Amino acid sequence: MISVRNVCKSFGRVQAVQDVSLEIQAGEFFSLLGASGSGKTTLLRMIAGFEAVTSGQILIDGQEMQDLPPHLRPINMVFQNYAIFPHLNVQDNIAYGLQRLGIAKAEQTRMVGEMLEMIALPGYGTRKSSQLSGGQMQRVALARALILKPKVLLLDEPLGALDKQLREQMQLELRGLQQRLGITFILVTHDQEEALTLSDRVAVMANGAVIQVDTPAGLYNRPANRQVAGFVGTMNFFEASLQSDGPSVSAATAGLGRLPLKLDPKRYGKSMLVAIRPEDFTIHASPVKGGVAGRIAARQYLGGRQVLYVEVEGRASPVAVAAPANRTGDPWAGAEGQPVWLTWPADAMTLLDPD
Amino acid sequence: MARYTGFHAPNRTLAIYAAVFAFVLYLPILFIPIFSFNSGVYVKFPLEGFTLQWYVDLFNREPLKAAFWNSVKIAATVSLLSTVIAVPAALAIARYRMPGKAPAVSFMMLPLVLPGLIMGVALLGLLNRLGVTLSLVTVTIGHMVICLPYAISVLLPRFVGFNRSLEEASADLGEPPLRTFWRVTLPCNYPGILACMLMTFTISFDEYFMAFFLSGPKSTLPMYIWGQLRFPQDFPSLLALSTLILLFSFALIFTSLRLSKVGQTAQTGAQK
Repeated sequence: MISVRNVCKSFGRVQAVQDVSLEIQAGEFFSLLGASGSGKTTLLRMIAGFEAVTSGQILIDGQEMQDLPPHLRPINMVFQNYAIFPHLNVQDNIAYGLQRLGIAKAEQTRMVGEMLEMIALPGYGTRKSSQLSGGQMQRVALARALILKPKVLLLDEPLGALDKQLREQMQLELRGLQQRLGITFILVTHDQEEALTLSDRVAVMANGAVIQVDTPAGLYNRPANRQVAGFVGTMNFFEASLQSDGPSVSAATAGLGRLPLKLDPKRYGKSMLVAIRPEDFTIHASPVKGGVAGRIAARQYLGGRQVLYVEVEGRASPVAVAAPANRTGDPWAGAEGQPVWLTWPADAMTLLDPD
Repeated sequence: MARYTGFHAPNRTLAIYAAVFAFVLYLPILFIPIFSFNSGVYVKFPLEGFTLQWYVDLFNREPLKAAFWNSVKIAATVSLLSTVIAVPAALAIARYRMPGKAPAVSFMMLPLVLPGLIMGVALLGLLNRLGVTLSLVTVTIGHMVICLPYAISVLLPRFVGFNRSLEEASADLGEPPLRTFWRVTLPCNYPGILACMLMTFTISFDEYFMAFFLSGPKSTLPMYIWGQLRFPQDFPSLLALSTLILLFSFALIFTSLRLSKVGQTAQTGAQK
């Protein structure tokens, strides 16, 4: 439905977006996830038409878009700061795009009313935009875009300015809205949790390039490279060199010792990274067979769960290990300095290139 | 020892300094209204008696009325034209990167600091060369030269601070560039534009040098005042006239400054 083909963008000598190709399906909630400067916003602005592509094509339903100005594209956008028109009240903001479509006043009023209903702000039509809270402005911005029934809705960090509670509530509402309307949403965010919560698929961007496109679970469980593994969730990386002894392959790992691998390493003798998620470790208070010995260096209590930082021999930084925390008897309260043993299942290990 | 009242407490020394500063600045001007109500012809203490006769007298002077309307016509034209010209210019300066922009903008602002005398002589020379007959039109042209840099300097900070994503939103919602300008850029910046019009009106209305060099047989109000200074018995009437002009100018400038502030806070309010 939306095809981004070999799109590049350079500002002078700076390559902001490098050869990005994406296929986004109709009705999909798609996210562009990346740190600031990764090129995600530039890519979104090229889709909207605010930036020209340096090279490449952007197609919507097979029609080339890259040479059209923004007002001719079947796309609407929710801006990062909402861009609510300060000189217009709520209903005039929402009806802004209807004027040039030649829709009768009465019909406009009916459509605006419907939108106000949808964003749960009925009766707010005559409010001044300066009287709106951040969350309300966000809803008005959504209504103003959706009233035009766009094929694609672009959202540029729409929840970034809201506080944590409101943000989580709006995430649920956004997802519900998208599923109800069936419009393709493309979201730009630097918040990996937000991308995982909302999206059908996520494109992770770094240095102007897309480094992996996958479902949220796919990104988390099968990161394609170190950057994705480090950016999505927390990940422990262990430097390892692969060795072949006879038929089996093992990795000499800094911190975890020599590990037999069931994975299929293509390059023996190479230095690689073994990556293990904090929640894949099991932590024991007494020695267990095959367990790696360590010592709790620090504890990070997060309410319903906690992260224990375990120092192990041969690794400079401690290993992050997730452990449950509940009201009745937390075995790790005050456990700093205590010796512990770590075990993990073999299939929890992901083998990655070090760079 | 004095109790510590906090880092941001009012500073009395500074307050006194500011009061003295304002007093010295406005003391000479204060004499104008005072003596305009004095029944004596000569400006000297003690005051003789209170009168409104000088104000009444103004309304019986036909040349004064003519000069006043000339000045109003010129000021209105200058205010409108220079604002219309300055809006796109200031927008372009605020928006676009172009090579040599900084020196070009400084060059445009130069008439702000050039002596009016020099500008007047220069324009007179040029217009003479071109064979243009001096009239109120040439005065208007001269005032435009002076007012344009003022107009741009009033508008520029507004446009620089203007949230461009509002225009992007308008384009995104289907409006082509000119309609976006009409529906978003203009209404969002109207306080600045109005401030610009008031400011240029005041400058043109009070201007003397350009009018002196470039006017034909018809004169402007400041020229009329200068001409009447020769007659001592007319002086109190001039004081009355000056008082009215002062009030009028103060009102305009005050409104213009208020306007730019009002609009700016509304704008930032919408950006949060």
